[in-house]
Amino acid sequence: MSSPLPLPSRFPSRSEPDRRSSSERSGPAGRSSPAARSLIALGLAAAMALSGCGADPQTAAGPGASTPARGGTLRLAYDNDPKCIDGQQNGTNNALNISRQMTDSLTDQDPKTGAIKPWLATSWTVGEDARTYTFKLRHGVKFHDGTPFTAQSVKQNFSGIAALGAKAQLASTYLAGLKSISTPDAHTVRIAFKEPNAQFLQATSTMSLGFYAPATWKLTPEQRCTGGLVGTGPFELDGYTPGSGARLTRFADYAWPSSLPRHRGPAYLAALDFQNVAEASVRTGSLSSGDIDVDQSVQPQNEELLQASNFQLAARPNPGVVYSFYVNTASPIFADARVRRALGQGIDRPELRALLSREQSEATSALAASTPGYRNRAGTLSYDPAGAKRLLDQAGWHLRAGSDIRVKDGRPLRVELPYWQNAPFLELIAQQLRGIGIELELKRVTSTQQTALKQAGELDLLFANLTRADPDILRSVYAVDAQNQTGKHRDGIDELFDRSTATVDPAERYALLGRAGDELVKGGFAVPLVELSTVMALAPQVRGFHYEASSRFQLYDTWLAGRAGEGE
Amino acid sequence: MRTMAYVLRRLGHGVIVLWAAYTLTFLILSALPGDPIQILLGAAGASAATPEQIDAIRAQYGLDRPLWAQYLESMAGLFRGDLGLSYASGQPVAQAIGQVLPSTLQLAGATLVLAVTGGIALAVLAAGAKRPWLRSGLAGLPGLGVSLPTFWVGLILLQLVSFRLGWIPALGAHGLAGVILPALTLALPVGAVIAQVLLQALDAAAAQQFITTYHAAGLRRWTLLLTHALPVAGLSLLSVAGLVTGQLLGGAVVVETVFTRNGLGRLVETSVAGQDIPVVQGIVLVAAAVFVVVNLVTDLLYPVFDARTRPTPAGRRTARSGLRNGRSGAQTTPEYPAAHPTQEVTPV
Repeated sequence: MSSPLPLPSRFPSRSEPDRRSSSERSGPAGRSSPAARSLIALGLAAAMALSGCGADPQTAAGPGASTPARGGTLRLAYDNDPKCIDGQQNGTNNALNISRQMTDSLTDQDPKTGAIKPWLATSWTVGEDARTYTFKLRHGVKFHDGTPFTAQSVKQNFSGIAALGAKAQLASTYLAGLKSISTPDAHTVRIAFKEPNAQFLQATSTMSLGFYAPATWKLTPEQRCTGGLVGTGPFELDGYTPGSGARLTRFADYAWPSSLPRHRGPAYLAALDFQNVAEASVRTGSLSSGDIDVDQSVQPQNEELLQASNFQLAARPNPGVVYSFYVNTASPIFADARVRRALGQGIDRPELRALLSREQSEATSALAASTPGYRNRAGTLSYDPAGAKRLLDQAGWHLRAGSDIRVKDGRPLRVELPYWQNAPFLELIAQQLRGIGIELELKRVTSTQQTALKQAGELDLLFANLTRADPDILRSVYAVDAQNQTGKHRDGIDELFDRSTATVDPAERYALLGRAGDELVKGGFAVPLVELSTVMALAPQVRGFHYEASSRFQLYDTWLAGRAGEGE
Repeated sequence: MRTMAYVLRRLGHGVIVLWAAYTLTFLILSALPGDPIQILLGAAGASAATPEQIDAIRAQYGLDRPLWAQYLESMAGLFRGDLGLSYASGQPVAQAIGQVLPSTLQLAGATLVLAVTGGIALAVLAAGAKRPWLRSGLAGLPGLGVSLPTFWVGLILLQLVSFRLGWIPALGAHGLAGVILPALTLALPVGAVIAQVLLQALDAAAAQQFITTYHAAGLRRWTLLLTHALPVAGLSLLSVAGLVTGQLLGGAVVVETVFTRNGLGRLVETSVAGQDIPVVQGIVLVAAAVFVVVNLVTDLLYPVFDARTRPTPAGRRTARSGLRNGRSGAQTTPEYPAAHPTQEVTPV
């Protein structure tokens, strides 16, 4: 009974979808109504009153323990079941977090610098027009079933992914325009694209382009979703039941980490036990009672208490496109660039901080600060209500007596915003926008409903973000020949995008994409709001827990203090 | 022999019910806004798929064909016993359901045991209580039981028993230990309904002439209640079987979420949210089949317990009238469900 259980009376007091980026979801689970949530809070308060004192959380296992110990099973709980754990197909975070432990990639990306490092490829050359990539492969790498990893494996995987089409949610975009793959020898592979494709090098570091053995490729894509995934990674798949979870065990022969991890040889942990625990309060409670070691989806309102009760919070801002409004230029209201720009200028971003988690910050650019090539552009995102009002006046939206909402041709300046994310700061944004005469009507929906509305073309604004550790993500979202989320027409911004795809030098490429980001903000296409952070809670005995560059975890270096030898 | 023919006819009706449920679900799901393929490929703002790629996948799932062709195809599959593949997990639907069904059956079984014993005990105690305040207190409990939200009760139990007291782990407990808390949670509303229906039936039975006569003849109060009134009133429970089945299936959605059980309820929730149409169809079929079977079994059991519905020798009118009135007492219960003694009682 050393310290109290982290149970605030305001426990899960608001409706709470997961905190994954929208990019990364295939489908949400249903949510309880706010009423149900208040009842839970009430219940928990009652439970606390009944039981008097709190149970004790796991005490830290030997504070001095700093030498990595081998063995033990790490028990992780995630919120929504990915249903398909094939990281080549499924782009949701919970799938990628499992997939990263089973598969390796050609390259690795330094989360601190964004630099691309050798992994299964020892070296590479990029053709000057960024159309051809030649990788030299590491010798002695093998899959979990013992078959060797060769140039042929790269060819089989990349052409297999390309054939999956859109089913490979992220990977297919990385390999878009694939022309040919040749294997001059067993340890050289040459990949050619029809168009310049400078983002490809970073893409080779992602788990979406991880590798499976020939045995896996004998299965159908549907079968690969739930089993038969034989990779080269430090852990091998023991089994997966959709809705339940996955179990992975250590690959004893593993000897080919990139230069980034801190040790060589097999992983420290004997096994990984991933469990689908849908209810947030059950994850928190299980962490307290020692039934799990990692809560993969911490609710912002629980952060402080978890920290106060001996649990470690592992947080990292997600790189990529921040939480933004993608402005629909086809909507009657936002066809006018002045209205779009007024929207951006009417938001006081620093003021939003009051409603953010301590691990989160307001947007200072179209890209998150953890994105390679990020530059602080807060100056272009400053709050200018007077300027915004002027723009709206010019656009013909005027204030009438007796109302604080602007009107044009008898139509009020009302914008509906259906969203599913956990984003309490939107309430404050709505309040700020009201100050310049725009009524932002917030509507909580499921992501399924949001997708349906988007498809029907009924959205004026889309509230979304997209995670990737490369600024090319801006192009994916906004370019006319990519997702074109704002429905804009081809302009100078697309020329910048085109030039970026043909630019091999990272610094130059980042600069081009940075300029495109500025233009997107200036034209009122992108309204960056807030950065998203991945926040997980770890039991005190978890050591060496690391996020890789895209803020998913890599458990190769992770170990458990005080549970060594278990499961050896 | 006649029973056999009756069962066959009822099974035939059951098939029609299944077909209707399946067809209705098919129509509703296809009328939903939102394209399941688009949802499968990623939420709005994330999917990078080109329209051509989406069309290709839609064709793979056969969703590019006219609705009637899709319907005929899925019906044909149904006859082959092929429910298709889950959009989300790629598993055959039968396998996806088969994987989670045992967990839900275990939960339902344990819940029934708790609810029936608890419900009967409560009703008998309330009916037998002499002091008016005790009686009305006990009789008020079922109302409380149905009005407590299952979600809340479940979380309270978890907090107390698992997280505070550490008696049963919240995750990974198997067998009886794993099922006891969720079953208790779900048994509360189910048992409440059973208690309420039974209590009213007991009261009605107690008011009957034959009971009064026995009482006058000197039979003890509890003896009378347990050996004479209860068997008469107990019949009323058969008629809430359908209602209880519905409570079990619906309650599983909430209880399995709170208690982290990978069961049919969880599968319903995630499949509906993700518009995983083949799985939703499969689950509707299973649920409809359960209802058909429960109703059939209930109706077959009536003649076993109810003298009026089987061949009767003349001259036992007293007992029969008691029985009839015992049952009609229960029939006035507001919660009395549609699943009901039937117009098609086994031919006599």
